[in-house]
Parts: sequence; structure tokens; C-alpha cells
Amino acid sequence: MMRRPVVDVSRLPTYDFGAASPMWWGTLAFIALEATGFALAIGAYFYLAVQAPHWPIAAPAPDLAPGTAVLIILLASIVPNHMIDFWARQQDLSKVRVGMIVMTIVGILPLIVRIWEFPALRISWDQNAYGSIVWFLLGLHTSHLLTDVGDTIVLAVLMFTQKGTAGRRLSDVSDNAFYWDFVVVSWAVLYLVIYWTPRM
Amino acid sequence: MLVLATALFRGRLREASRSPLQIDSHQERRLGIAVGSATALTVLVLTALTIGSFFAGKSIASLSGSEVITIRVTGHQWWWEIRYPKIASSQEVVTANEIHIPVGEPVRVKLDSLDVIHSFWVPSLAGKRDLIPGRPSELTLIADKPGIYRGQCAEFCGYQHAHMAITVVAESREAFDAWRFGQDADAIAPASDEEHRGQAAFLGTGCALCHAIRGTPAGGTVGPDLTHIANRRSLAADTLAMTPGALAAWIADPQSIKPGAKMPSIALSADDLNAVVTYLGSLE
Amino acid sequence: MSGIPRKTAELKQHGGLNGLRDTGLDEAELLACLARTWQTSKGLYGWLATVDHKLIGRRYVVTAFLFLVLAGLSALAIRFQLAAPEAGRISPDLYNQLFTMHGTTMMFLFAVPVMEAFAVYLVPLMIGTRNVAFPRLNAFSYWIYVSGGLMIWVAFALNTGADAGWFSYVPLAGPDYGIGKRPDFWAQMVTYTEVSALAVAVEIIATVFKLRTPGMTLDRIPLYVWSVLVTAFVILFAMPAVMISSTMLILDRLVGTKFFDPAAGGDALLWQHLFWFFGHPEVYIIFIPATGFVSAILPTFVRRPVFGYLGIVLSLIAIGFLSFGLWVHHMFATGLPQLGESFFTASSMMIAIPSGVQIFCWIATIWGGKPIFATPLLFVLGFIFTFVIGGLTGVMVASVPLDLQVHDTYFVVAHFHYVLVGGAVFPLLGAVYYWFPKVTGRMLSERLGHWNFWLVFLGFNLTFFPMHILGLQGMPRRVYTYPLDSGWGGANLFISLSSLVLFAGFALFFLNMLLSLRNGRVAGENPWDASTLEWATTSPPQSYDFAHLPVVTHREPLWADPDTFPVVEGLRVDAREVLGGTVADAVPQLRVPSADNSIWPLLSAIAVGGTFLASIYTPWAVVWGAIPVSIGFICWFWPKGEPEDEE
Ligand code: HEA
Ligand code: HEA
Ligand code: HEC
Ligand code: CUA
Ligand SMILES: [Cu+2]
Repeated sequence: MMRRPVVDVSRLPTYDFGAASPMWWGTLAFIALEATGFALAIGAYFYLAVQAPHWPIAAPAPDLAPGTAVLIILLASIVPNHMIDFWARQQDLSKVRVGMIVMTIVGILPLIVRIWEFPALRISWDQNAYGSIVWFLLGLHTSHLLTDVGDTIVLAVLMFTQKGTAGRRLSDVSDNAFYWDFVVVSWAVLYLVIYWTPRM
Repeated sequence: MLVLATALFRGRLREASRSPLQIDSHQERRLGIAVGSATALTVLVLTALTIGSFFAGKSIASLSGSEVITIRVTGHQWWWEIRYPKIASSQEVVTANEIHIPVGEPVRVKLDSLDVIHSFWVPSLAGKRDLIPGRPSELTLIADKPGIYRGQCAEFCGYQHAHMAITVVAESREAFDAWRFGQDADAIAPASDEEHRGQAAFLGTGCALCHAIRGTPAGGTVGPDLTHIANRRSLAADTLAMTPGALAAWIADPQSIKPGAKMPSIALSADDLNAVVTYLGSLE
Repeated sequence: MSGIPRKTAELKQHGGLNGLRDTGLDEAELLACLARTWQTSKGLYGWLATVDHKLIGRRYVVTAFLFLVLAGLSALAIRFQLAAPEAGRISPDLYNQLFTMHGTTMMFLFAVPVMEAFAVYLVPLMIGTRNVAFPRLNAFSYWIYVSGGLMIWVAFALNTGADAGWFSYVPLAGPDYGIGKRPDFWAQMVTYTEVSALAVAVEIIATVFKLRTPGMTLDRIPLYVWSVLVTAFVILFAMPAVMISSTMLILDRLVGTKFFDPAAGGDALLWQHLFWFFGHPEVYIIFIPATGFVSAILPTFVRRPVFGYLGIVLSLIAIGFLSFGLWVHHMFATGLPQLGESFFTASSMMIAIPSGVQIFCWIATIWGGKPIFATPLLFVLGFIFTFVIGGLTGVMVASVPLDLQVHDTYFVVAHFHYVLVGGAVFPLLGAVYYWFPKVTGRMLSERLGHWNFWLVFLGFNLTFFPMHILGLQGMPRRVYTYPLDSGWGGANLFISLSSLVLFAGFALFFLNMLLSLRNGRVAGENPWDASTLEWATTSPPQSYDFAHLPVVTHREPLWADPDTFPVVEGLRVDAREVLGGTVADAVPQLRVPSADNSIWPLLSAIAVGGTFLASIYTPWAVVWGAIPVSIGFICWFWPKGEPEDEE
């Protein structure tokens, strides 16, 4: 079989941002499957709530303070998060470095507050199904928070080493920011479910 | 299938030289029409089936509400506890593995389970319905002809799911009433020495921890009520036919007959065993 | 090799372009460079560290077939026990483990993985690229899958085999009634295989969306690739359900949560809803790729393109969507409200429409073509016959009044073996006959192939057809024995004997593979004169798949352009690079660096697997395991000075 070159790709870039990058699609797919997981867990919450004669079962509604604090921190983090995305797309390494430090701190803060959030549920996981499902929801979100903060820290370290100068790392930073938005949005929804459903 | 066969046969006759991309546009159009109409036909058939299924379901559901008799059935690993609630002059009757119903009358069966999920199914009388712990449900049975109908647990429930059958005896109203009346009575008191010895052994070796015999101190609820055991047609959820030999074999070593069953093999002397069998055999 | 000293000179020559490009390289040099860049190093380490989608796909397939053998042998043991009434050959305890292991292995460790395995192997070749989008994730998914499978079978060998059925209903599998650690192993095995399936789904989606070769617009994607893409989406939205539910089960059993405990506000049906929300799509995860095999094999052997490409694509998408609205049809006997049940009857019937459209399109294709009766086509024809029967019984059990009779009887067992074996395994065997030459470079024996087909086809129908009748006579499933006076003994004996014919068929299949591997006729690039891109490269393909990435101008590229093949130029050959394009039209956008071999996916899989395993014994394992797991993942992603970082 003869080969006949018809397309020359030699001048194409090796990385780009957003939907042009395969990694972005990978991230989106992970977000989709995790969102499905959240949706089903929330579905299980309401399923159990509908079955129960009283909701919450044998417990007061959870204490609002720590959860709300986490919500405020996470919502506030959207601003630096989008700035970092913008700087990454501008390929402005020095600003991205600053941004990554900010995001690392903003990521660790809610994790610290979360230590108080579990007792604020005012029920233990093994007391009844209500206790189980709220711990489950909170645990699910915490593991997402943990993984993304871990990811952020690794990227932040990379930014300060030789490796960070490679342009495609900036694309990774942008994808990480995209994922962080998901962590924030999913908390906004879970917050309503965990803290406000029992108050209705 | 026929179309598939013809399609295959037709092709064989076609000349071979054609390039695979040379397509007869006339024929394509005809194929399109064929596929389209087959699809349309499928839609029609399926709609008809769905509607038919809906009304069949409705007419079955309409049976409920007209029942006279109510029976409570509780599933256990791996036997059925059956209760006839107290009516007028009679008392509540507890029995196991055998249901009696009058022919031609719809019977309401209330279902519940205390351990795992079972499913109540008497193929000739009604569809199945699961017994789910924490979710009582019910079912309507109706027998058009007298007879003995076998039923079977239809949800996998562990080791002896295979040996969790139930017998439904459909009989005339008079026979049913007689049976129900008989069940009302307490257990027959032991008459012979052998039967006395049997009762003593029964009460003394731990059987009474799990089994109840109304009219005696035996009040266990872990296993089937044995007040009128000799009246039943089979043993251990239709694992064995009810004969003295089977009874003896069962009591001597239930684990080899129904491995995993929740009744332990209890060491009884040969004489005690015979006495217990005689005693239980007298509990008509 | 000679490429290295030339590199700098080469750089200058191409005016500032980074790295060595394929433009203008002479053929021998090009092949040498590509081979060096894409190679898997020799020896054990190379074998463990490779990220070549073909090597991983191949070992995925082989492993899945090993699980088929294990599960098939369990089925044989089941048939041995059931051949006579009240037979005491196998204790109830062992029997329950056997059918659970059979169902679990067939579904989770054979059918789903084997479909993924084929996708991992074929998709890059069919869309004209050099590897999947996330090669290391691919390696990771394989290792996780093997560990899950090994774990549950080792547990079985130690008499801790799962024994609550392949859908492990609670409370039977819950903390109070589940025996020992059996359900824990089951639940963790499910978690492993779901992780690996999700990983493959993500990478398939990114690969098909972004790495298609120039010119492969959406309407030129081979139907097989479409089917795999739809499947990947179904996996993405279905598997989280079983991960959630198996996690809840483990938590109930290990730390005393109360999700399924009615005494504490939990609910046993919650499990069923979550499980079947996954479990129904699961069967289409198995079935949809099988229809893809059919759409790939058929045109080659009837010598014309598939009739109704668009209709088939839309049917695939419709099946994918509808499969999420059917789960309650497995729960009719739990007594949900009648109106709700009618909805699920209607949706179950509706899914027959796209399935029908596909069948009609295939028959039309045969009608308009000229069939060549090679083994792959025989399996496709066997598939059409068998699947239509299985589909019709499916439509029957979708009707509530009928299902309340046959639910949990051998009628249902017959239904799902018709659709699983007839609907998925037949096309799969056809696919093995079809692509074996591509993968190994040798043809399978056609003579043995015909014997193989007829033994399997007849053996299958003789085994499973009588089960319909047994079911209608009321024989329940999952019973280790049945009464002497039931009258089912004869039919069961017949079934058990027939299953030996089926067994012989499968034995012949494996024999044919072993023999042909050594003695088969050498295949050449395109032995069947097929039309899709995987046939445009050597058999077996080199580590880099294509020396030049092909450019596509037609839906059937090799039929449209058999002589001068348009290709891409300008990619690097001294670093792994693939071509990224736009989602809809595959217009080249990026030269995407492709990950090199790495041992870290394996080490991460060991860390993750060890954590899951240990968590069966103590929940603290999750905390301690987090450390090796994070180390694994960090090393995996940490850039190690790959050439592509220069740019
Ligand atoms: C590959 C796997 C596969 C496939 C493709 C299917 C396809 C279908 N299945 Fe099946 N099913 C299973 C695997 C599969 N199933 C398994 C494993 C179980 C049991 C799980 C367990 O309990 O262990 C099960 C159980 C199962 C049940 C529950 C039964 C019970 O437990 O009581 C039901 C009920 O509705 C059902 C329905 C259907 C329907 C309507 C289809 C439809 O998709 C079929 C559509 C296809 C056709 C109809 C044929 C082609 C169409 C035509 C030629 C057009 C003309 C047709 C008409 C006019 C009708 N299936
Ligand atoms: C893809 C899925 C799949 C496949 C292919 C099969 C294949 C087979 N199945 Fe099964 N089956 C299920 C999925 C599948 N099954 C599921 C999900 C259940 C429900 C489980 C549950 O209830 O939980 C089930 C249940 C089930 C039952 C019901 C058990 C019960 O309810 O008690 C039976 C009974 O006969 C059965 C039989 C068979 C047989 C005879 C085959 C045959 O087709 C098998 C043929 C294959 C072989 C015989 C292997 C070949 C091996 C060799 C030739 C060895 C060669 C040797 C070397 C290389 C060393 N299966
Ligand atoms: C630990 C509890 C336990 C003890 C002790 C026990 N049984 Fe049982 N028995 C059961 C259970 C549970 C069943 C139901 C078994 C089944 O069908 O799976 C049963 C079934 C029976 C049956 C069959 C009942 C029927 O309706 O078919 C008889 C008869 C019987 N037991 C007699 C005895 C005798 C006699 C003893 C004492 C020697 C005894 N049992 C001790 C639990 C017990
Ligand atoms: Cu009770 Cu099966
Ligand atoms: Cu289904």
C-alpha cells in the first residue's frame, strides 16, 4: 500500500487548555461519575427520609456552625480558583505560583474545620440509618476534598521546581481548578441536604 | 427467522465480483421500507403487550378486598410460621408449613419475615410475593378446585432455600371448618406410658426451648409449633413425608437430612427417641 | 541506534522544530525510531511496567478467559449436582458458593472485563492512533482487576467464597446473616472491578473524543467504536451505584452502620434499588459491545457496508439511555405500587424497539449482501437466532403478571443465558475468530472453527431451552436440589448431559487457539479484506500501531482507498506522541505527548488493593493505606524529565 502524506501537523502545539486537552475530558468524565455517586447517595438519603416516620431519626438537626463555615470558605475560594485558572491560561508562572500557595491554604482550611463538623452532626454513624447516611455523605465529600487538596499540593510543589516550567503543567493547573469548582458546588448541594433538610 | 434464512440463501446466488461499496440504490430504498415497517410493527405489538399486561395486572389486583379469611405467614430460615387469627369463639392458632383454605373463597395472606427475605409462592394459586423484613405485605389466594398444592420459597434465603416448601390444602368449607376447629384444641394429653415418657423427654432435653406444644409447659418460639404436628402431611417444610420413621430420623439427626437447619442434633437415648416419636406421633 | 547522533542535525534541518519528526525520514529509519520510542523493554520489569494498550488488552482478554474457565467449571459442578433429584453430591454450603461464584465471576470478572479488554485493544487501532488517552490508567485498571479476581477466588479456595448470590441481597449478606467474611470479600471484589471498569470507561471516552485520526468525523466512526463509547457512558453512570451500595454493605458489616437494618430506620429494599440501578445497565454493558462486534463482523463477511448506520448509532444511544429506566423490573415481586410497576413494564418493552431496529438493520445488511460462511459469520448468525429468543422471553418477563409466576425460576435463568451467552458470548467468540489474525498474526483453523460453532450452538440450545419449560413447571432457581416426585429429574439430566456438549465446544475453542498460535496460517495485514483501520497495519501491530497515522476520507476507509493511503506527517518519532483533534470533526489540534512505560501503576494498584483487602479486617486500614496509596499516585504522576516537557 502506498502512503500519501496529506496532513502536516508538525507545527501544532503539544498542549492547550480546556476542551482541547484530553486531560480536561478525563477530568470531566471523573466529575460526571463522582457527581453520579453524590446524586445516588443523596437519593438514598431522601429514600430513607421518606421511609422514616420522623426525620431525623432520634436526633436533633445538626449544628449549623461548622458546616456553614466550610461553605463560606469554599465559596470564597472560587475567586482565587478562577484567578489561578486565568493566570494559568495566560501562562503567567509567577502569578500561578502565588495562586497555588493561596489555594493550598484555602484547601486545608475547610479540612481543619471539618474536624468539628462530624461531631456537629449530633449523632453517631452506628446509631440509626439517619446517622449512617449523614456520616456517609460527609465522608464522601471529605474524601473528595482530601484528594483534590493533595493534588493541589503536588502541583504547587511542581510549580516551584524545574518541572513546573513546562507549559503543559499549566494546563494541569487549569484542570485542577476545574475540579475544585466541582468540589465547591457539590458541597453547596450536600450542605443543603445535610443541614437544611432536617430543618424543614 | 424466516427472513434471516431467505436473506442468507439469496446472497449465495449473487455474483461475486462486485466491489463492496457498489450499492444498488433501488434496493437500499426497499430495504429501508422493510426495516421501517418492521419497526413500526414492533412498536404496535409492544404497545398492545404493555396495555394487555396492565389490564391483566389490574384484574388480578381487583381480587383483593373481598377476602373473608385472613392468614398471617411469617418466613423463617427455613420454614413457615402460620397463624390463624382469633375469630369469634376460637382462639389464635399457630401452626407451620401447611395452610388450609376453603375452596372458592379468596383468602388474604399477610406476609412478614423476621430474618432474611423469602418469597411466598404457590404456583397454581397465585403469583409470588416477597417477605421482606420490616415491610409487611399481603397477597390474595384463591383455589378453584379442591386439592393439595405445593408452594415453595422463591427468594434465595441461605443454605436450605431448596427445602423451604409449603403445602396448601384447599378443601370444602365443611372440611375446612372441621380442621380449624380441631386446631383450636390444645394438644392431646399423653395416654400411654410410652407417650408420657416421650413428653417428659421432650420437656427435659431442651426441645421445649424452641418448640411450643399448647397445653404443656413447652412454649418455645424458635421452631415450629408442634401442637398438632401429627396432623401435618410433611416434616420440616416438606423435606420428609410425615411417617414415624421420618420423624425419628429427623429428631435423631436433622443436620444430615437438612444440613444447616436451625435445629441442632440432640443426643437422645434410643428409648427416649422412640418415646418422643410416639408422643409427637400422637399429637393429632 | 543510528537515530541519536543524527538528532541534533535533524533539529536544525527542520528549522527550530523540537525533536525528531517523521517528515521525510526514510522508511527504515522511521520504523527504527518508532520502535525504539514505543517499545516495551524486555524481561519481567518491562512486562510489568508496559503501558502498551495491545499488551494490556491482550492480557486483559487472556485473564478474562481464565475466569470464564473457572466460572464455566463451577457451572459444570452445578450441573453435576442438579443432574438427579435429591442428589447429595455437593453440600448446600458448597453449592451456594458455586452458583454465587459462577454468577459473580461471569458478570464481574469475565463478561464486563472481556468487553473492556477488546475495547482497550481495538479502539486505538480502529480510530488510527497509537495508544489510549491515559495509558498508565489503563495499566492500573488491569492490575486492580486481576487483584480483585484473585482475591475472591483465593477466598473461595479457603472456603470463604461468596455465597449470597451474584446480587447479594441484604439481610442475607448483611451483618446478621452473612457467613464469616464471605460477603466482605464479595463486596470488596465488586469495588475493585468497578474501579477498573470506571478507569477504562474514562479513558475510552477521552480516547474516542480526542484521539481520532484526521477525517474521522462522528459519522465515520466505526460502529464498534460507537458501541464501546456508548458502553463507556453507561459504565460511567451505572457503576457508581454499585460502588455506593457495596461500600454501604461493607460499612454495615464492619463498623455497624444501619443502612439496611429495618430495626434502626434502614431498609432492605434500598440495597435492591441501588444494586439494580447498576445491575440492569450492567447487562447492557455486556450486550452493547457485543452488538458492536456484530456490526464489525457482518459487513466484512457479507461484502457490503452495514445497512442503516445512523439507525444503529441512534439505537445504541437509545439503549444506553433507556437502560437506566428499567431496574425495577427485577423487583416486581417485592410488591411496589401497581402504577409504578406499569411504568417499568412499559420502559422494558420500549427497549425492545431499538434492539429490534438493530436486528432489522443486520438482516437487511445480509439481504443486500453476499454472505461468506466463515466462522465469525456463523457466530453472528447464531447470535441473531439466539438473541431474538432471549429478547422475546425478556419482553415476556417484563409483564408483571407473568413475571410474578416465573420470577426466580429457571425461566429467568433461561432468559438471561439466552441473552448473555447467545447475545454476548457468541459475538465474542466470533470476534475472537475475526481478530485473532490481527492480534497474533495467524489464522484460526476454519475446520475446527465450524466444529466449535456447531458444538457450542447446539450444546447451548439443548442446555438452556429446556430450562424455559422447567421454569414454567415451577422449578425455582438457586436450589441445590429438588424433590424426587417433582418430575423435573429427566429434564435436568438432559440439561446436564447437554452442557457436556457445550463444554466440548468451549474446549475445542481453547484447543483451536492453542494449536493455531503455533501452526495457524500466517495472516498478513488484511486477511478478510475488511474495511476498518485496524487492518491497515501489520499483524500483529507494532508497538506504535501505525508507522504513519492514517487519514480517513470515508466510512469504510480500506474499501474506499485500497491503494494509496492518505497519512499524517509531522509527529515526533523520538518521543511518544499522538494526535489530538476536535470532538466532532477530528480536526487536528494538538500533538499530545503519550505517557511512557512506568512501574507506578502496578505499585499503586498494589497499594490500593492491599488497602481494600486489609479493610476487610480493620477499618483503620483505610487510614494507614492512604499513605502508600498517595505515594504511589504521586510517583505515578510526577514528571520524570520526559522529552515532551522540553516544549
Ligand atoms: C446481555 C444481557 C441481557 C439482555 C440484552 C437482556 C435484555 C432484556 N431483558 Fe433481561 N436479564 C438479564 C440479562 C439481559 N437481559 C439478566 C442477567 C437477568 C437476571 C438477573 C438475575 O436475576 O440474576 C435478566 C432478567 C430480566 C428480567 C427480570 C426477570 C425476573 O427476575 O423476574 C426482566 C424483566 O423485565 C428482563 C427483561 C429484559 C428485556 C425486556 C430485555 C430487552 O432488552 C430485550 C429486547 C430484545 C428483543 C425483544 C429481541 C429483538 C427484537 C425484535 C426482533 C423485534 C420484535 C419484537 C417484538 C415485537 C417483541 N430481564
Ligand atoms: C456471561 C455470563 C454467564 C455465562 C457465560 C454462563 C454460562 C453457563 N451457565 Fe450460568 N449464570 C450466570 C451467568 C452466566 N452463565 C449468572 C449471572 C447466573 C446467576 C447466578 C446467581 O443466581 O447468583 C447463572 C446461573 C446459572 C445456573 C443456575 C444456578 C442456580 O440457580 O442454582 C446454571 C444452572 O445450570 C447455570 C449454568 C451455566 C452453564 C452450563 C453455562 C455454560 O455456558 C458454561 C460453558 C463454559 C464452560 C463449560 C467452560 C469451558 C471450560 C473449558 C472448556 C475448560 C478447558 C480447560 C482448560 C483450558 C484447562 N448458570
Ligand atoms: C435450637 C432450637 C431447636 C431445638 C433445641 C429443637 N428444635 Fe426442633 N426444630 C427447630 C427448627 C428451627 C425447626 C424447623 C427446621 C426446618 O424446617 O428448617 C425444627 C423442626 C422440628 C420438627 C418438624 C416440625 C415441622 O412442622 O415440620 C420436629 C418434629 C422437631 N423440630 C422436633 C424437635 C425435638 C423432638 C427436639 C428435641 C429433641 C427439638 N425439635 C429440638 C428448632 C429446634
Ligand atoms: Cu426462604 Cu428461600
Ligand atoms: Cu434488567
